[in-house]
Amino acid sequence: MKIYLPLDSAAVALGADEIAHALHAHAKAKGVDLTIIRNGSRGMVWLEPLAEVETPTGRMAFGPMALADVPALFGDLAAHPKALGLTDDLPWMKAQTRLTFARVGVIDPLSLADYRAHGGLKGLERALGMAQADMVAEVTNSGLRGRGGAGFPTGIKWKTVSEAKADRKYIVCNADEGDSATFADRMLMEGDPFTLIEGMAIAGLACGATKGFVYIRSEYPVAIEVMQKAVEIARAEGVLGAKVMGKGPAFDMEIRVGAGAYVCGEETSLLNSLEGKRGVVRAKPPLPALQGFMGKPTVVNNVISLASVPVIFEKGAAHYKDFGLGRSRGTIPLQIAGNVKYGGLYEIAFGLTLGEIVDKIGGGTASGRPVKAVQVGGPLGAYFPRALFDTPFGYEEFAGKDGLIGHAGLTVFDDTADMLGMARFAMEFCAIESCGKCTPCRIGAVRGVETLDRLGRGDASALPILTDLCNTMKAGSLCALGGFTPYPVMSALTHFPDDFSTQKEAAE
Amino acid sequence: MLDSVEVTSRVGEILTAHKGMEGSLLPILHAIQAEFGHVPQAALPIIAQDLNLSKAEVHGVMSFYHDFRENPAGKHVLKLCRAEACKSMGADRVAAHAQKALGIEWHETTTDGRVTLEPVFCLGLCACAPSALVDGKLVGRVDEAKLDSIIGGLK
Ligand SMILES: Cc1cc2nc3c(=O)[nH]c(=O)nc-3n(C[C@H](O)[C@H](O)[C@H](O)COP(=O)(O)O)c2cc1C
Ligand code: FES
Repeated sequence: MKIYLPLDSAAVALGADEIAHALHAHAKAKGVDLTIIRNGSRGMVWLEPLAEVETPTGRMAFGPMALADVPALFGDLAAHPKALGLTDDLPWMKAQTRLTFARVGVIDPLSLADYRAHGGLKGLERALGMAQADMVAEVTNSGLRGRGGAGFPTGIKWKTVSEAKADRKYIVCNADEGDSATFADRMLMEGDPFTLIEGMAIAGLACGATKGFVYIRSEYPVAIEVMQKAVEIARAEGVLGAKVMGKGPAFDMEIRVGAGAYVCGEETSLLNSLEGKRGVVRAKPPLPALQGFMGKPTVVNNVISLASVPVIFEKGAAHYKDFGLGRSRGTIPLQIAGNVKYGGLYEIAFGLTLGEIVDKIGGGTASGRPVKAVQVGGPLGAYFPRALFDTPFGYEEFAGKDGLIGHAGLTVFDDTADMLGMARFAMEFCAIESCGKCTPCRIGAVRGVETLDRLGRGDASALPILTDLCNTMKAGSLCALGGFTPYPVMSALTHFPDDFSTQKEAAE
Repeated sequence: MLDSVEVTSRVGEILTAHKGMEGSLLPILHAIQAEFGHVPQAALPIIAQDLNLSKAEVHGVMSFYHDFRENPAGKHVLKLCRAEACKSMGADRVAAHAQKALGIEWHETTTDGRVTLEPVFCLGLCACAPSALVDGKLVGRVDEAKLDSIIGGLK
């Protein structure tokens, strides 16, 4: 008997390890020969721990599994109380376009054979037969833009590094994923680490870089472990090393662990941290593409940007580019989180409206109360009211509504949310996480908390101060930590003025 | 108290293991903290000398990052997520409950040295919020009852 049970952090946080123990114990007692594959998550977090039993007709899903549901998995499967049917037939799975996440939840994350059997390494094989300029052009033609938040065209970044002359160049993968509501990087690294390795190897070939680093936040112990093992396997199997795939130039990788600083997700701060320094932001220029890690030309890309590269090389730039909307090409792994009925990861072409995502896919709130606000793009993203639910999911479309898609995380809030409190939290978070290098961010955020506290006490004279402060932070901060904190603050104020009403105290 | 001879020799071994690594200070600090539960003061001059940095520089790096401790934590470390997705599911309420149950604020340790309470900003468990990290074990959908049983289990 073969059962798939995720090693994914969310599944583990909901009891997957305990279920695995119980399954083994039960199988032993019954004399059943059981193999448990700890796979990635299918992304349906509300169904985790989700067990899948391999059957002649396909993988049958059962979830959310409780310990009491274990014995019945050894009986009549169709009659199991948590039976959901074939995984591939579940509406959540069927409606997605899984390009980057095609293998996540499907394969054994640490089996290179399984990876190959599901199309893995085809992109890298193809890249090995291409000239550097053609590889860069392939990425440019795919329309891929950085998934870390800024949306910068990946091909253009690679071109700069590829054309730079230096004795050493680096590929740095940004796996700091500090934004609340985001977990796509984590799920990809836990569920299909070889895809990231393959993407980084292609980046190395295209740019003439021989060394790659993955900077993973320390809050992701499972991802760190899986990535470390995967790199060792890839090296042992000759995918990485002195000759990529036994025939190409050299490329090797190292996993590095962050130390609990949100700002280290900012690329220059990340580079300082990798160099063993304080994670303070560097002024740009020089661009990291020209003077990055140790002053050498460096590609810094998000996990999802790099993990989307193999499928672009496997299926061709045009295939990827055909999906999407406007200047947002390809697919985006939406991370639907917070107070939501069906939370998880959903990969789909750009272009769905916010309302479709929250109400249809997410099913509204977990609490059953009305949706009040959705924060899109993490702690530096704007709060959207229902009135803006017709906004299509795309970089320019969200920017046009004074928001951003960031790393594509969405946090749903019900009508009990206190938006002044959330605005205050945005400032507080910025104050805690500021690297301290620039004044608008370091001091502005502290003033922001004080000003919002005054508003909370009913002091209307604080309003213009808050607006001024936000403008200063926006215009004067060195990076988007201070520069974008005004997004959540001002959007809360603009769209939910009642929560800031200075009449509130008096009326109560 | 840590024996300074022991610190010196273990730190020396860790430094040797990281020789030749580009930008090795964070991996070194992580390894030292994994060994001692915190980064002992006595380790700083040894690291500084080995990496050709000043002690102030090493201290500056260490103090920049939330993860590194100058002093040992309690026997158990309970981290509760304070970020937005967890807030949308009642993280503030759960945190207040934890503070009351333990009689401590953020970053404090119970007087018996049993539990240190710390905030964390996102564990990537935002679709099963609120979340917690209990001595390195991930927990999702934490409510007051679950928290009570977690705290009760920290002996
Ligand atoms: C405060 C702050 C935090 C950031 N955090 C992350 C992060 O966790 N992951 C990430 O990929 N990019 C993050 N970024 C964006 C990076 O600076 C950079 O744009 C990105 O890594 C580039 O990769 P991409 O082009 O593939 O998106 C952050 C930016 C700022 C200002
Ligand atoms: S916001 Fe709490 S786990 Fe992500």
